[in-house]
Amino acid sequence: MPVLSANQGQIWRRRTSRTQWAIWASWLVGIAIVGYCWKLVSDRTVWFFVTDAGTQAADLASRMVPPKWSYMDVLWRPVWDTINIATLGTVLALAMAFPIAFLAARNTTPNSAVRAFALFVIVSSRSINSLIWALMLVAIIGPGIFAGVLAIGLRSIGFCAKLLYEAIEEIDAKQVEAIEATGASGGQKLIFGVIPQILPTFAGISVFRWDINIRESTVLGLVGAGGIGIQLDASISTLAWTQVSLILLVILATVVVSEWVSAKVRHAII
Amino acid sequence: MLRLEALHKRYRTGDQALKGVSLEIPDGQVLALIGPSGAGKSTLIRCINRLVEPTSGSATLGDTNLTSLSQGALRAARRRMGMIFQEYALVERLTVMENVLSGRLGYVGFWQSWFRRFPADDVQEAFRLLDRVGLMPMADKRADELSGGQRQRVGIARALIQHPELLLVDEPTASLDPKTSRQIMRLICELCSERGLAAIINIHDVLLAQMFAERIVGLRLGEVVYDGPPDGLTPEVLTDIYGEEDWEATIEAVEEDEDGDAVESAVVEKTGAA
Repeated sequence: MPVLSANQGQIWRRRTSRTQWAIWASWLVGIAIVGYCWKLVSDRTVWFFVTDAGTQAADLASRMVPPKWSYMDVLWRPVWDTINIATLGTVLALAMAFPIAFLAARNTTPNSAVRAFALFVIVSSRSINSLIWALMLVAIIGPGIFAGVLAIGLRSIGFCAKLLYEAIEEIDAKQVEAIEATGASGGQKLIFGVIPQILPTFAGISVFRWDINIRESTVLGLVGAGGIGIQLDASISTLAWTQVSLILLVILATVVVSEWVSAKVRHAII
Repeated sequence: MLRLEALHKRYRTGDQALKGVSLEIPDGQVLALIGPSGAGKSTLIRCINRLVEPTSGSATLGDTNLTSLSQGALRAARRRMGMIFQEYALVERLTVMENVLSGRLGYVGFWQSWFRRFPADDVQEAFRLLDRVGLMPMADKRADELSGGQRQRVGIARALIQHPELLLVDEPTASLDPKTSRQIMRLICELCSERGLAAIINIHDVLLAQMFAERIVGLRLGEVVYDGPPDGLTPEVLTDIYGEEDWEATIEAVEEDEDGDAVESAVVEKTGAA
């Protein structure tokens, strides 16, 4: 924010001319990079397939309608499994994330070594996609719903613990100080000073992650970890497109319902 | 009897908050601690119950040397010192009753506090105190539903249910309007005399300090620069504590208060001037 002196007094500009030139230059470089990358992508694209895409999509769509409604009889069970995988996985994740969050938060951790360990758990859980967790778990404990529940749980620990420990670090320290001043022990400080402050966040995180997990658990079946993904995989492999369209509709409906439920719950808490 | 001897506090940033404060506070004495922001008032009372660890010196309550206690013994000693805070420091999402009962945490175990199973006597005492501070109908309300004055009353009840020997009061009126401020100060002083409690009250408002305390201690840059009765606060003394300013209005207001009943207007005047 430079103020220049001129004959008529002082002049104010938002930036110095140096900064202004630097900004112009970085825009120029940015646009050049985008243009160059566009060319690279374009050279490696078979444009025939792209121009053909509309026809192909229309063809696939025509084979998908009408959805094979009678197939629904087979789908009820996998839908139920999918919801259970998401719910149990979320419960499992929350049970493990809750203590980890307290170990990871700067203001409640016992010492920095424990904190580093907790942060490592969080990062490693977050860095692996639930589909990859499921692939590994199917290899270890065999295909089925249990592998799915574990995959969802392991994947969600990091997410829940991270959001929760950030909430713990942001609490009002004065309320904890007041509890400490009464002669409360460390555990009592958590019960009376910290937990009441993070409870709304905890509830919010739970429904938010449950909502995400409903969506994630619909694909776990692709690698054999239970749920509606198994039917999706089977239907695509046998080119049963009317079944595929029904499954996609069912997934859509499940996700819409879970969004609605979590919005209601969040509204009730906050 | 609380005895402070050569209490020093240097923060890790290098700020010397207390430079050898020595004070003796006999049982039942209400002492007001005045001084500019940053004089070390909050640090001083936090060094007594060791929410802040003093760098050197000692604080002795009765026969207990507070500064040398282990963590466990310190928790037991903290039960004897009630603390009241500037912005109430209530646990906002707990009910009034839970906030008052939190004053008994030093006496109950972990699971008892988890399930809120406080002894029946404590609950009876909590009801009595809520009645005393005029909040009986609010017992089941959440703390964040109350007004500022009501919250500070809950804060007072929380401190008193500890059955303390000493009250540490940190700017009890800083977030309250002039009328509520006086009511809260009056309530604290009444309760102190009812129970024979000693109190150290940090306060910005010189007028309130003079009205309610029997002894005033002035702190400047971590050192005691005045220790005496309220009517000893002359313009020279106030200048010594706070620095150069026109103090006549402040002192006049107190004299009027002692003569007649012009206090309400004086308070308004002072707030207007501030």
